[in-house]
Amino acid sequence: MNRYPLWLYLLIGVIVLGGALFALPNLFGESPAVQISAARPSAKIDDALRARAEDALKQAGVALEASFVDESSVKVRFADTDTQLKAKDVIERALGEDYTVALNLISNSPRWLAAIGAKPMYLGLDLRGGVHFLLQVDMKGAITKSLDSAAAGIRSTLRGEDEARTSGISREGQQIVVRFRQSGNRDKAQAIIESNFPDLVLRAEERSGEYLLSGALRPAAEKRIQEFAIQQNLTTLRNRVNELGVAEPIVQQAGADRIVVQLPGVQNTADAKRILGRTATLEVRMVDEERNDPASLQAAMQGQVPFGSELLYERGGQPIMLKRQVVLTGDRISDAQPGFDNQTGEPAVHITLDGTGARIFQQLTRENVGKRMAMVLVEKGKGEVVTAPVIRQEIGGGRVQISGRMTTTEAREVALLLRAGALAAPMEIVEERTVGPSLGAENIRRGFHATWIGFAALSLFIIVYYSLFGVVSVIALAVNLMLLVALLSMLQATLTLPGIAAIALTLGMAIDANVLINERVREELRGGTTPQAAIHAGYERAWATILDSNITTLIAGIALFMFGTGPVRGFAVVHCLGILTSMFSAVLVSRAIVNLTFGGRRKLDRLPIGNVDWSKRAPRPA
Amino acid sequence: MEFFRIRKDIDFMKHAMVFNIISLLVFLLSVFFLITRGLHLGVEFTGGTVMELSYGHTADVNAVRATVEKIGLGDATVQNFGSSDNALIRLPVRPDVTGAQLSEKVMEALRAEDPSVELLRVDFVGSQVGKELVENGAIALLLVSAGIVLYLWLRFEWKFGLAAIIANLHDVIIILGFFAFFQWEFSVPVLAAVLAVLGYSVNESVIVFDRIRENVRKMRKATLHEVINSAITRTMSRTIITHGSTQMMVTSILLFGGDALFYFALALTIGILFGIYSSVLVASPLLIYLRVTREDLIKPERPKQEAVV
Repeated sequence: MNRYPLWLYLLIGVIVLGGALFALPNLFGESPAVQISAARPSAKIDDALRARAEDALKQAGVALEASFVDESSVKVRFADTDTQLKAKDVIERALGEDYTVALNLISNSPRWLAAIGAKPMYLGLDLRGGVHFLLQVDMKGAITKSLDSAAAGIRSTLRGEDEARTSGISREGQQIVVRFRQSGNRDKAQAIIESNFPDLVLRAEERSGEYLLSGALRPAAEKRIQEFAIQQNLTTLRNRVNELGVAEPIVQQAGADRIVVQLPGVQNTADAKRILGRTATLEVRMVDEERNDPASLQAAMQGQVPFGSELLYERGGQPIMLKRQVVLTGDRISDAQPGFDNQTGEPAVHITLDGTGARIFQQLTRENVGKRMAMVLVEKGKGEVVTAPVIRQEIGGGRVQISGRMTTTEAREVALLLRAGALAAPMEIVEERTVGPSLGAENIRRGFHATWIGFAALSLFIIVYYSLFGVVSVIALAVNLMLLVALLSMLQATLTLPGIAAIALTLGMAIDANVLINERVREELRGGTTPQAAIHAGYERAWATILDSNITTLIAGIALFMFGTGPVRGFAVVHCLGILTSMFSAVLVSRAIVNLTFGGRRKLDRLPIGNVDWSKRAPRPA
Repeated sequence: MEFFRIRKDIDFMKHAMVFNIISLLVFLLSVFFLITRGLHLGVEFTGGTVMELSYGHTADVNAVRATVEKIGLGDATVQNFGSSDNALIRLPVRPDVTGAQLSEKVMEALRAEDPSVELLRVDFVGSQVGKELVENGAIALLLVSAGIVLYLWLRFEWKFGLAAIIANLHDVIIILGFFAFFQWEFSVPVLAAVLAVLGYSVNESVIVFDRIRENVRKMRKATLHEVINSAITRTMSRTIITHGSTQMMVTSILLFGGDALFYFALALTIGILFGIYSSVLVASPLLIYLRVTREDLIKPERPKQEAVV
């Protein structure tokens, strides 16, 4: 007699039904949708917004399938991607700047499935199309930048101290060098710097009659700055990605100094790259009035730039001499909006500074009435003077406007870049993967096609070879596929194209367990064992071997998972999960079916497991 | 249905020397091609840019090449890929331009020539990332090998672990040899296939070894030679059916899975074919050379475990 206890049948039943339930959403597929979310905290997400979007679509004659409001967005579903693209433009125009409109895919599965948390598998970028970037953060750049700002800080701290008068402060490589004419001044300055800048290690030295103080960052401070740099860059990238309007973007730290950005469904990759890769920040500097005569400019253009000054160019191409010292940086900007100049009507960017920034700016304008101030937009290490107006009066309240030779588009982009924040350290794209949406869809189609054809061929062969036991094996294999899909859906693990290949491969390997069992049962029958005992022995003895062979495969799968990246990791995840589900389905599920079919029969003369009778001339007594 | 009705053990070990010479020959050839030709490493390993383009009509590879040359990228290779409508451009790493800009520059130039061009895929990998991937790949290979030896050592005896890993690393070298000889592109999915094969074909050795151990206990009077022959003969049916089943799936991927999975499936196919051969006909003779004795296998403290098939 081959029987499982009742609880085991029930347990297997519950697992298989649960698997079916969670695998179900994958059958419904996904439809293209447009997702509207708030770009500003003040923008409300409600039914009124949904109605506005629907009205706009109706007026433009774009047909929608359904629309609904969830926690953070309004989603509108469409029949195909063409309508979706058209609808995105329509909605964007109708709602204006307050909302971000993004393309998305939403599941067609009924509400009750979503309510129990059953979602379809999460498709990787190679299947749904999109862009993947790996960005390397330049840590040396972060250190230099913080040394630069420390040098500026030392300069302003020592300015009021007559007994610590310096003859120059500069950064040389990874060190700040402060020069003095007298050793007394240096000693006084050393005390001041040490108490105000605890991150610096100072060293006093004498070089050709000058008294020097060189400062380097402490290792602990360096580490802190690097950690801060990556956090700051992550935040900045998130802001920029939000500005792009992408549904479900991923911005994550990868390793000590890298950041992964994934933008599913992005079609215009050039735009994405431009916005992500841009490192614009604003610097406010004073114009060097004494050296802006034609002769000095001419000399500077030939390379003779006076110490403490820098030659930059205005948008129109005119050279202008600025002081090297940066008075205010883009870090102090709390908001930037495109707009128009009240008086001239020129396109302009309205900037709001934070508290500290506003105070600095007020002091600066008070002290420099009548002088010129330059707004420098620094992009990729190159500065460009956007405007250099004369300061007419003290400006309080932290409201600044920059205008000058900008088009409306430029004003919008500058505002976006300034608002999205500055990067703490420069970044470089070290890996890029772009998959067009059509290729993604093609990949899915091919992957599933290959899996189904392989599955059908395999099933046919196994059923022909093992007859009814073959049918049981195929059912077990189908359960395996279903459980694997259910598990992947539940974990929301990323399914990639190699992942689909792993599903196919895992099915091909999983049948091994049933082959082992069936062969063993046949062998037992050949040896003259009764059918019931043969089933029992076949399953019991096959278990050790099945375990062995799966463990070696699992070792390879785990190693792949640990060292693989991207799509290969997707392969490894599916491979490892597939091994686990195959052990359950091949052994427990198939045994349960066999037990239910044959286990209770007292009179069982032969088993439908294909031909086991080799010696036709001398049939064994059954 | 029944494929195998073998009642007498086949004397595989009589031909052990022949099998070993064939193995050694293929192995040495593989090593030779690996050294002389080297692997045609994919862009993930070497760094560089790959762009896959689609035209609505037949892609004129020469025109694409001319355009790419015109913008100063003479070191690019251009070829048809998949169908005649698609073109594949490979660009090496350039120190002056980042890969992200490079692909855009190329697209701009191509679009100016023929607006029907559509970008299907871009892969850009920096040289540093590529180097790391090579290192990680090598570490993964070592780790899998070490893990398998360790597992077989615990499960059987160190000689079995050694024999299995020699037989299966020999498979790996042969797969690599094929890729070197035909200069097929060795990409990350191919590496995944190689590692999967390593884990998979060790199964085969485990099953034969299991049977050898069982036979040693049963066939008290037989020599090791006879024991191994019997083990191989008895497991043959299962070996063929299992690998045949797996190969059916792999063939399906090979034929219907598209270009992206073609070399992956190809590596698996070679791996499965040589895996059957090596784990049965290479690993077992190695046991004889390693002088496995009855005492190695019958350890009283070990719980009795019987093999299947």
